[in-house]
Amino acid sequence: MSKLELTDAVARADGYSHAVVSFVGADGYPVSVAGEFSTDPGRASLDIGPLATEVLPAAGAEVCITFSHIRPQSGIGYDERRYVNLWGPAEPDGDHLRVTAVRATGWDEADIPFFEYAERSVPAAHEYMEEVGDQRPHLSKWWTFFLATRLPFLTATIVPVALGGAVAARDGAFAWGWWLLALVAACAVHLGLNIANDIFDDASGADSANVTPTPFSGGSRVIQYGLVSRRGMVRACVAFYAVAVAIGLFLAAERGWWLLAIGAVGVVLSLVYTAPPFRLVHRGLGEPVTALGFGPVMTLGAYYVCAQQWSWEAVYISLPVALLIALVLYVNQIPDRAGDEAVGKRTLIVRWPESRVITAYELMAGSAFVLIALGPPLGITPWWTLLGLLTAPMALKVVRGLRASYGQPYALMPVMQTNIGLHLFTGLLLVVGYLIDVLVG
Amino acid sequence: MNESRGVLPAPVEDLLDVALVAELTVISETGRPVTYPLIPLYDGQHIFMTSAVLFSRKLRHIKANPKVAVALTDPVGVPAEPFARATIQGDATVIEDDLHAGWETLLPLWRAKEPVIDSFVKKRFGIPLFFERSIIQIRPRRVLYWEGGATATAPQVFELAELG
Repeated sequence: MSKLELTDAVARADGYSHAVVSFVGADGYPVSVAGEFSTDPGRASLDIGPLATEVLPAAGAEVCITFSHIRPQSGIGYDERRYVNLWGPAEPDGDHLRVTAVRATGWDEADIPFFEYAERSVPAAHEYMEEVGDQRPHLSKWWTFFLATRLPFLTATIVPVALGGAVAARDGAFAWGWWLLALVAACAVHLGLNIANDIFDDASGADSANVTPTPFSGGSRVIQYGLVSRRGMVRACVAFYAVAVAIGLFLAAERGWWLLAIGAVGVVLSLVYTAPPFRLVHRGLGEPVTALGFGPVMTLGAYYVCAQQWSWEAVYISLPVALLIALVLYVNQIPDRAGDEAVGKRTLIVRWPESRVITAYELMAGSAFVLIALGPPLGITPWWTLLGLLTAPMALKVVRGLRASYGQPYALMPVMQTNIGLHLFTGLLLVVGYLIDVLVG
Repeated sequence: MNESRGVLPAPVEDLLDVALVAELTVISETGRPVTYPLIPLYDGQHIFMTSAVLFSRKLRHIKANPKVAVALTDPVGVPAEPFARATIQGDATVIEDDLHAGWETLLPLWRAKEPVIDSFVKKRFGIPLFFERSIIQIRPRRVLYWEGGATATAPQVFELAELG
């Protein structure tokens, strides 16, 4: 609960149905009694009553006046949760009690959403758990892995790798085994990157400063919540990169040494993204790095593994996917804005005003669809890839959502979800377009 | 008056059975009363509440002074028919041998009142520290009861030792 200005607290009380007066009785137990009330915000005072004189506090006794509201929602839980606590000395007057507030606290989820309220309390939770003894918060191994790696974001890797395989299939060069190995290596780099990102954002203080994380933003929080130690995260990060490098070396030796260059670019991009001294995401360069790594690098790498040659077509068709994955990062940084700014992580979202952020989104999303539309008439990509244009309404939905909810982290959650879907479904439709082209010749 | 199924008078048990919110008042280290809205559970012997470690100040207060009161006052949070108001004074114990799973022993009581709790527990990975919880076990000692919720009149007082 937060401290409130006294007059503000009394004014807030006016919105409640009744007051609950609590004081410590003669036998040392608290006594609580509800009653009707009136307020005088100017004097920060309340008048509660009529109350039975048997349950009135003695003059001068410290009383706590509580106003609480909650709306039970069947099958959902609660909403409209808010309460105000005021303290002051009791002034009994017949069957009424007057209290002039000297201290007030409260919480209203309309002002501070529950999840933010909980997030602000994380340090207090750790302090308490230390007091209690040898207990640490934990989840099952599966959920810990799921959270720490941010597993669902693997769609960002699966789409470009699938696209590289689809282009190879059109060229009659698709090879299941090699492609699967490339997919595993790419996923390992991605998971290593996600964990590295958490490690460095923890070290810089960016994740701790962020009190409005969502399932799509603000990092995995496993370090902040004490679910995984920093050392554990470093070990997992090294393990994923080791897997990626080992598979990458094997693929390079078997399929062509150019893969070593492509893989090295991918690994370096993933590290310079947040690792000091580069920290490109802190310099407003997170989007181009993400676009390059999760676009041309992965698509071309997957293509090369299968076809053992370069393909400008693979590079071209990776560009809309690259733009859309950069937009996933871009939009997911909007709720992190305050926390990022506090630690000097100057992303584009921090640097730009809302209007420019949304205009840039429109330009980048529009460019992705223009690239898809131009591919077939330019003779670069098959006509069936125009299927990728079907998701354009999702981009419009994202823009509308950004305009409506830009400053509200939790209201942005469906917008971020749609934006992630935009990348996923556009990429999958491009893959489907290639596969149809292969099937129908 | 209906027959009581536990240590509390039957009308108070009826209130507790439907109460989604009660006001728990504890006494701070400085002697100040502090009130928190919480969901009350009742097994016939004790009133139980739980507190996430995120919001643990009340637990410290109880450990320093176990005397507490649980008030049932809100017609919306306590949708009893007929409505009444009650305050149950008692002695609280904080149980936290297993913050992660110990409170789950209360799930049957919680589920009976608020079935949605199961879906929240399934999603505990989303807010893990909220589901690291201490149990507040309250042994009732005295009840103040206002029929019809009319607190302008003197309450009926039940000393629980007298209830047998």
